Amino acid sequence: MGFEKFGRKSFTAVTKTAKFVDFLGEGKVEGTVCKDCGTKFFPPRADCANCFSKKMDWFEMPKRGKLETFTTAYYAPFGFEGDPPYSMGVVDFGGGLKLFARMSKALKPEEIKVGMEVIVSPIKYDDGQLSFEITKA
Amino acid sequence: MKEVAVIGVGQSSFVRGYEGSIRELAFEAFREAMQDAGITQKEVDASIFCSAPEYDKQRSPAGVLAEYLGLIPQPTFYVESVCSSSSTGVKVGYGMIKSGLHEVVVILGFQKMSEITSAESQERMGRGADIQWEAPFGTMMPAYYALYAQAYMAKHGLTHEDLMNVRIKASTYGVINERAVYRKAVKPEDFKQGDPEAKMAGPVAWPLRVGDCCANADGSSCIILANAEKAKTFTKKPIWVLGIGAASEAVNMAARPDFTKGLSVGYAAAAQAYQMAGVTSKDVKVAEVHDCFTIAEIMAYEGLGFAPVGEGKQLIREKMTYKEGKIPVNVDGGLLSKGHPIGATGGSQIRTIVLQLRGEAGAMQVAGEPEIGLVHNIGGVGLYGNVTIFGR
Repeated sequence: MGFEKFGRKSFTAVTKTAKFVDFLGEGKVEGTVCKDCGTKFFPPRADCANCFSKKMDWFEMPKRGKLETFTTAYYAPFGFEGDPPYSMGVVDFGGGLKLFARMSKALKPEEIKVGMEVIVSPIKYDDGQLSFEITKA
Repeated sequence: MKEVAVIGVGQSSFVRGYEGSIRELAFEAFREAMQDAGITQKEVDASIFCSAPEYDKQRSPAGVLAEYLGLIPQPTFYVESVCSSSSTGVKVGYGMIKSGLHEVVVILGFQKMSEITSAESQERMGRGADIQWEAPFGTMMPAYYALYAQAYMAKHGLTHEDLMNVRIKASTYGVINERAVYRKAVKPEDFKQGDPEAKMAGPVAWPLRVGDCCANADGSSCIILANAEKAKTFTKKPIWVLGIGAASEAVNMAARPDFTKGLSVGYAAAAQAYQMAGVTSKDVKVAEVHDCFTIAEIMAYEGLGFAPVGEGKQLIREKMTYKEGKIPVNVDGGLLSKGHPIGATGGSQIRTIVLQLRGEAGAMQVAGEPEIGLVHNIGGVGLYGNVTIFGR
């Protein structure tokens, strides 16, 4: 339980990585790292596909990265009808770590450029849902 | 390797709101393929049904459809890889025949997307990819392909005009394909920004616009495969499966290696298929590629080796992928004009190539009696990739 609080609308309630949402509540975006082989994962995983270990630690994701790509959605799926337009993008932190998220409403679509420096930070929506978003560095 | 051949092909018209049930829809493609092969159900050893299950109300449709098609008591089962389900079905059928387990196998792809309401469809669309980590942001298929389009356009100088020209090419052949859902010609003025009459110009998921996206449709396709002995008995024009490649990729965008290079599964599946067939991209004389969005066709050119990375735009600028060009691509209208009834799409692409290689494609026939044709069929946002090479 607990994962239903993730994002604008969650489709998953139960996962071994639900602690991710608690971290968001504490203002942190965390990935998992394998205690046995050190492989880092984002999005978080409960199982290491590299060495089969289930011993995982949490680590705080970098905050600053480069926007690898983005899109601005003018239509939305069911359950998100009130949201458009909204932008989503992929942030590359280097070292193989990337993250996909919504972009802050404070960023106008025409301000967003591929390759720009961005910051990733947790966000709490008015309805209590917890997420993380991409903002201008 | 001339060991497994296509001996029959069929396809329903691709339409909006098919007036019938899924079994009746499936029968349309089946009837045409069986009559094409000139066989009866007694000659069929097994059947494989392919669709994207989220659109089906019928649970486990294989048994129900096998009965309606008259294919019981032979073994039947269900295969899915979303938009590439029927290419995957053909791969599985090939394996069943090559292993010696069966001699003749029917692969039936179908999708009645209008089976569910448009609100239900919208809801499923939001769950199209990673439901745990991405759908909570409000993702949908055009937005995912737009991520690729944005990065690609920024790096390689691909323009909106290039994308528009992919759509215009598709419509050129949609006009002459009576099985296509979209039969109208598309003109540059349909994309004019700021003109309320320009129906293709509105943004969907920027940089992709309405005209960059293919349409939902209802439809079915049927491919009948046979071993060499049976193929030679049943048909004078067997079309051989020369090479098959298939690959998979991480669902989450955070795990994608490079958005400026297109879909990794396209490259991987193509390399396998070329190697198995013992041919190169230069040998391919007609191709069907997965143009669910205009950008997908440009990326496919490069994955298949028709153009170097970043240079796919030249093929559309120089009209090389038109029917008269060096490498004709999607001269049946593609997904953009034909429509994209998910489970039926791969089989429809294969049917087009088989007809081209037989010289039976009518107004869409490319000149020069092509000997080698290729089908590129993607599932999800490059989650699954399938490339199949056919020859006379």
